Amino acid sequence: MFGIVIFPGSNCDHDCYHVLKHVFHQDVEFVWHKEENIDKRFRVIILPGGFSYGDYLRTGAIARFSPVMKAVERFAKDGGIVLGICNGFQILLEAGLLPGVMIRNKNIKFICKDIYVRVEKTDTPFTKECKTGQTLRLPIAHAEGNYYADPDTLKSLEKNKQIVFRYTTKDGEITEEANPNGAKDNIAGICNREGNIIGMMPHPERCSEAILGNEDGRFIFKSLIKTIIF
Amino acid sequence: MNDIKVTKELIEAHGLTEEEYERIIKILGRELSYTELGIFTVMWSEHCSYKSSKVHLKRFSTESPWVIQGPGENAGVVDIGDGLAAVFKMESHNHPSFIEPYQGAATGVGGILRDIFTMGARPVASLNSLRFGLLEKARHKYLFNGVVSGIAGYGNCIGVPTVGGEIYFNDTYNGNILVNVFNIGIAKKDRIFKGKASGIGNPVIYVGSKTGRDGIHGASLLASHEFDEKSEEMRPTVQVGDPFTEKLLLEACLELMDKDLIVGIQDMGAAGLTSSTSEMAGRAGTGIEIELSLVPTREAGMTPYELMLSESQERMLIVAKKGKEKEVEDIFKKWDLEAVVIGKVTKDGILRVKDRGAIVAEIPAKALSEEGPAYNRPMKRPDYQDEIQRLDLSKILLPGDYNDVLLRILGSPTIASKEWVYEQYDHMVRTNTVILPGSDAGVIRVKGTDKALAITVNCNSRYCFLDTFLGGALTVAEAARNIVCSGGKPLAITDCLNFGNPEKPEVMWQFSEAIDGIREACSKLKTPVVSGNVSFYNETTDKGIYPTPIIGMTGIIDDVKKTMTQWFKREGDMIVLLGKNEEDLGGSEYLYIIHGLEKGSPPSLDLNREVMIQQVCLQAIKQGLINSAHDCSEGGLAVALTECCISGKESIGAEIDIEGEGIRTDALLFGESASRILVSVKENNLEDLRRMAEAKDVPISVIGKVWGDRLKIQLTVHGSRFTAIDLKIRDLEDQWRGSIRRYVGDV
Repeated sequence: MFGIVIFPGSNCDHDCYHVLKHVFHQDVEFVWHKEENIDKRFRVIILPGGFSYGDYLRTGAIARFSPVMKAVERFAKDGGIVLGICNGFQILLEAGLLPGVMIRNKNIKFICKDIYVRVEKTDTPFTKECKTGQTLRLPIAHAEGNYYADPDTLKSLEKNKQIVFRYTTKDGEITEEANPNGAKDNIAGICNREGNIIGMMPHPERCSEAILGNEDGRFIFKSLIKTIIF
Repeated sequence: MNDIKVTKELIEAHGLTEEEYERIIKILGRELSYTELGIFTVMWSEHCSYKSSKVHLKRFSTESPWVIQGPGENAGVVDIGDGLAAVFKMESHNHPSFIEPYQGAATGVGGILRDIFTMGARPVASLNSLRFGLLEKARHKYLFNGVVSGIAGYGNCIGVPTVGGEIYFNDTYNGNILVNVFNIGIAKKDRIFKGKASGIGNPVIYVGSKTGRDGIHGASLLASHEFDEKSEEMRPTVQVGDPFTEKLLLEACLELMDKDLIVGIQDMGAAGLTSSTSEMAGRAGTGIEIELSLVPTREAGMTPYELMLSESQERMLIVAKKGKEKEVEDIFKKWDLEAVVIGKVTKDGILRVKDRGAIVAEIPAKALSEEGPAYNRPMKRPDYQDEIQRLDLSKILLPGDYNDVLLRILGSPTIASKEWVYEQYDHMVRTNTVILPGSDAGVIRVKGTDKALAITVNCNSRYCFLDTFLGGALTVAEAARNIVCSGGKPLAITDCLNFGNPEKPEVMWQFSEAIDGIREACSKLKTPVVSGNVSFYNETTDKGIYPTPIIGMTGIIDDVKKTMTQWFKREGDMIVLLGKNEEDLGGSEYLYIIHGLEKGSPPSLDLNREVMIQQVCLQAIKQGLINSAHDCSEGGLAVALTECCISGKESIGAEIDIEGEGIRTDALLFGESASRILVSVKENNLEDLRRMAEAKDVPISVIGKVWGDRLKIQLTVHGSRFTAIDLKIRDLEDQWRGSIRRYVGDV
């Protein structure tokens, strides 16, 4: 069973629900932000994209105090799988469940377009259906996706193999032009050391159907489904 | 009614005429209070009462079997089958956006969204139509940037995708920019909500944000008057948007409407509490009584006048079923919003406003909402009309280098790619966007069905300036062509009619001509008008804008898999022109950019041929015969061909060979003859397409093929063949894609 948290201001909650329910035919339910417990039926919790609390203070800064976040922390500690997409990633950073912070995009603007990421790590519940070094075309839509961490944190992310996606060219080359927002080391997605919490800026739920012209997002959902089935 | 004394000066300062004042006295049978003066002023303002436009708007055809709701409600509604309806409308936020571009544009988006979800529809897509002065001017760079950021800031946060639009830059908008926003939502056909206060004794409930002193007289003083040097001082009349609260309001309202708890609901938009109470009562033939001390406020000491006129955003007025108050409150509480009973529906037809029990206003609701003044203002064809239509082509020298001309036109911001703009808009959220921005129309699938909606906005105001009737008709024809090129069947339109000062007979003449032009095209194309908005007084220090009647059109695509895009897809495909090239240089982008002229007659329009061409194109798409379809408009054939080559994900070249038929070379390349569509087709489908076209008497000619990495256009004029255009696709693309970024200094 998948759970999708609704924070006030979440706006990709319905999109994640639609993909899991109607494209992949999974059991899925919404989880209200005031919930204090995550039911045992859930195997995966998704923190969807959007503008929780309007992102008025700092992206994710208020949502991290929602009652549900304590429950999400316990859920992850018990081995539950947590996927934060875009604003969900920002909330995970603010909650300290993943290291680093998001700052404003290098060009100061909101950016909505397709980019390429290279899959750096395939031994995670989110990427096991990908090949190492495979590039995915995924849409981004954010104003604060410029990942920042101090040099020591970046080093430890590298050492512990926590970097899951990097922005690259179509052919998988890491270049400055391929980095849409100025993120350190072209980081587009990271996981915790245990590998059960991931945050990613691109939106796989927006590219999992042929009619939308791109199905690369399916790799992420197929990986998750495979993980909870076996 | 113990408050400020209403003097002659005060009445004048409110913009009421002496006649209007006398009418009010007659209606009330007594002198009016200060609060009542405020209420009458906003409701009888041009913006709210449509007093100069009403008599003309009546000429629109508003009915057809698929129209569920025409003009008069918060938005128009059309049947799209499967038990669903499309709810759409367009509105202007021109004046506020010129004063404060970010908040002006943002609250424009907020307002139109509320109009849609008030009807019970979930908003699924937005478009916008923008007009600025030239980007060479620092002020317009600032306004352009601010408006785009404002639209992005509001739309992205609330999570409704902005999937397309159009932007023109012209000196005529130096003193008045236009910000028109369109939104469309989807509702269950049998669950459409209206702004009616029916059921005597039913509670009137205020929901959403608290009321502050912002936006007082936004509708009356700001939107219903010309600008002058002092307009900057009007900044406090611009509201401030809070998209987060609106998102909560949207979700709470839709949850509320899913249950059987309310009888009517209306946005508190322009003129806030005043318009929502009087219009809801007016439509139902009832009265409303409210107690102002119950209204949630965000600052202390607000007077009845201020409370009634505030245009604070993100508020709604609900008439609930008696006894359901608690359930309504609970839903709003879940979303951390206030819901407060502030009054009740009465049977006497009076809008009665009390402040701590004392009556501060007592006015027949209908007098405000329906019986306002209506003027048949004098009209006069402008003296300059003949002069601007005169165009002596023999005085216009043919350019020496057509490559250079094409590059210059592609680089002009009106023609150039709007990528810099739409990349700032979340155009994919809700995962319905089948065709991303940059094609002829936006296409949104309808989840749970096989269908999709095609939506577009457009207007060429230079055409409308040169010949307003023809310009209006051409605008509708092009909107329909855009829908058809995306695979849709046009259903209905909404409009946003932006004009100068209606008290000038020339402006009123333009308005009337535009209405007639739109009406004629709409009746031929079978697209009734279901909603709309009029914005007058787009003038600064006596200089009005070009008449700009912007049309928003919605079409239906029965099979979402049969949508079409404008770009070439396959090397070897034949390029075919449906329609005919004429010597149409009047009003063209080419004349404007290369020769600095805005003169001549716009391209002529044969509506019967237009209909036939659209039918052929749509049939060809439905039968899977063609691989791309693109409307040929501003910049003519050469620009349309370039766009076919470079607007897709992968660029591709084309080799073109055209027989001139005695038309001047510049007109052949850049003339803007109407009713032309460029399609690409697999060679073995060509005969089928030809038969289809010939059966409907539609001119069809093969003009080249998709090939290589250059755009090469060869012409045969007066028997001699020569290469007019030969450019690398890459150079065309750099020029077209990068232009706006270069103008705004974001490279």
